[in-house]
Amino acid sequence: MTPATPSSPFAEPEMSESSATVARARDREDTDRWSYYLDPDFYRHLADVARSWSDDWPPADPLVRSECEAVLAREARLIDEARFNEWLELFTDRCLYWVPITPGGGDPRTEVSHSFDDRRRMTDRVYWLRTGLAFCQIPQSRTRRMITNVEVLDEPSGDRRRVRSNFVVHEFRAGVARSYPGWYGHLLERHDGDWRIAVKQVNLLDSEHGHENLTIIF
Amino acid sequence: MAVSRVRVPGSPSIEIEELVRADRVHRLVYTDPEIFAAEMVKVFGQTWVYCAHDSEIPDPNDFRTGYLGLRPIIVCRERDGRVAVLFNRCTHRAATVCRLERGNAKSFQCPYHGWTFRNDGELIGVPWPDAYGEDFRRTELNLGRVPRVESYRGFIFATLNEDAPPLLDHLGPAAQLLDQWLDRTPAGTVTVRSAANRMVYRGNWKLAYDNAGDGYHPAFSHRSLLRLGERFGDSKDMVYFGRSPDEGPMYAQDLGNGHTFIDQRPSYDGVGSYWAQQRLQPGREAFEEHIRARYGADADRLLDLAVGGQMNINIFPNLLVIGNQIQVIEPMAVDRTQLTWHATTVDGLPDEINTLRMRTQEDFPSFGEPDDQANFEEAQRGLGVPEVEWVMMHRGLGVEGREKTDEAGVVTGPVTDEHPMRGYFREWTRLMSR
Ligand code: FES
Ligand SMILES: [Fe+2]
Repeated sequence: MTPATPSSPFAEPEMSESSATVARARDREDTDRWSYYLDPDFYRHLADVARSWSDDWPPADPLVRSECEAVLAREARLIDEARFNEWLELFTDRCLYWVPITPGGGDPRTEVSHSFDDRRRMTDRVYWLRTGLAFCQIPQSRTRRMITNVEVLDEPSGDRRRVRSNFVVHEFRAGVARSYPGWYGHLLERHDGDWRIAVKQVNLLDSEHGHENLTIIF
Repeated sequence: MAVSRVRVPGSPSIEIEELVRADRVHRLVYTDPEIFAAEMVKVFGQTWVYCAHDSEIPDPNDFRTGYLGLRPIIVCRERDGRVAVLFNRCTHRAATVCRLERGNAKSFQCPYHGWTFRNDGELIGVPWPDAYGEDFRRTELNLGRVPRVESYRGFIFATLNEDAPPLLDHLGPAAQLLDQWLDRTPAGTVTVRSAANRMVYRGNWKLAYDNAGDGYHPAFSHRSLLRLGERFGDSKDMVYFGRSPDEGPMYAQDLGNGHTFIDQRPSYDGVGSYWAQQRLQPGREAFEEHIRARYGADADRLLDLAVGGQMNINIFPNLLVIGNQIQVIEPMAVDRTQLTWHATTVDGLPDEINTLRMRTQEDFPSFGEPDDQANFEEAQRGLGVPEVEWVMMHRGLGVEGREKTDEAGVVTGPVTDEHPMRGYFREWTRLMSR
């Protein structure tokens, strides 16, 4: 429900330490807080990743593929159950969640995306959904997603796997049901024995066309 | 189009003038399909309407398709550099002749029976013309051409009204504001080729225009965004809307001819403050470090250009210049509208600044606009109550000392007052009553 309107809508923000103190204390590896890794080199690396989605890959070992399917299924379930903090934990510290507007991705250096989220912005997105004040998500969307056609390119030497899949995300909110078909590209990296998501590229079939209330996490 | 009178269930029909009063407008203005149909002819057909930006069709024979109200159009760059705005409607049996969003073509061949038109509209070929007797090349069979096309510093407008005043007169004080928005950039221009957020809502198009000049709503409608801006302690962009906004230096204006303006710039203080206030974009620190190392004393000035101009310039009926975006209101039906947010880059700036501009321009469509559009949709739902007829817009009206009118007729008042709405509805009424 919409909260009642208080006379002053804003509590005074908690004061931060002075910016000088903060600057000294900056931990560049704390990617929830600071964004030093999303630099021009990252964009170049991303262009290579995005190009690789359209390569032909040899069939993957069924075991490898089913491991990747399990990662995707777990991610899907965490989003669909709105367990967004746990969803964030599936990602690496230097990750990207990318929903391009231009079909195939375009050039994010000179084009806007629906989402081009570094780790901090992903955390923002979850925080924003959790404020209870995002009226476009009151009531909250319910989602369920189907993922099929999973293909994997295993790169054991780099502890990396590229995963390509098709999806349909079904959404129901405020009496309206919608469906979003498209395909995912996941770049997985192994960290401490677990597979984590380094890049998630979400390609909506109608990415550059009009959408209503496009505020769910894909 | 005959809608000078509208039937209201349970009461005699009322004049269009009766629907708009000094302090309120009638719900039918937002809900009545006949009024909507009339708007597409009398508003979108009779005043200057924004069609495209020069940078979308830079070269000879470039084109871009779009809408003038509900009319499909093609905006073409002719060989001599002039711009033609054509109805995308085959003169044979009505099919659109061009189905691409943009491209380059000297002519358009209708995919239905193959009639071919040059990009100035002239019919230049029909298959097997013998069947048409002497001469198929009749001027009445050229593509319909919008008679007046003018542009101002890259913004291309068109109107079907042959008697419309020159564009510059129509823009009035809004032209200087566009100057200020553009003159932040090194070459005084922006480029519109950076994709667009197309956001559709189930509501009337005027709900978006009302909102564009509304400094009352941010404190409430954008609470989620403002809370996000406070996430790390310091407050960011737009927080000044949240705390006693009328006591701050911002103001709102009714510029005349339906145009309105909100100036947030007075809440900023000097070079670097725009950058400092912006919510944290992805890659902010990496790019800032790079820009500071490379450009030294110029860095703050450059970083400010990665952030919006803090001006909301609203050109009636369909152009909203906000942040660094060029936003276009596209009515689809009486209760359905697309807002297209064209992102912009700036020639002559370091690539890193343009990349940061992209990340800044993704912020509001993600965390700001969806909450407004949810409110527009809920307003449209509320407007379905026939028994509650009026939409109130009287905030500040007649309250001593709030609003001032200058010699040019520009009304300036506190940022939360509703004089911008009252102003544009005068223009709406003028156009609709003709
Ligand atoms: S409708 Fe275009 S050629 Fe027939
Ligand atoms: Fe808003």
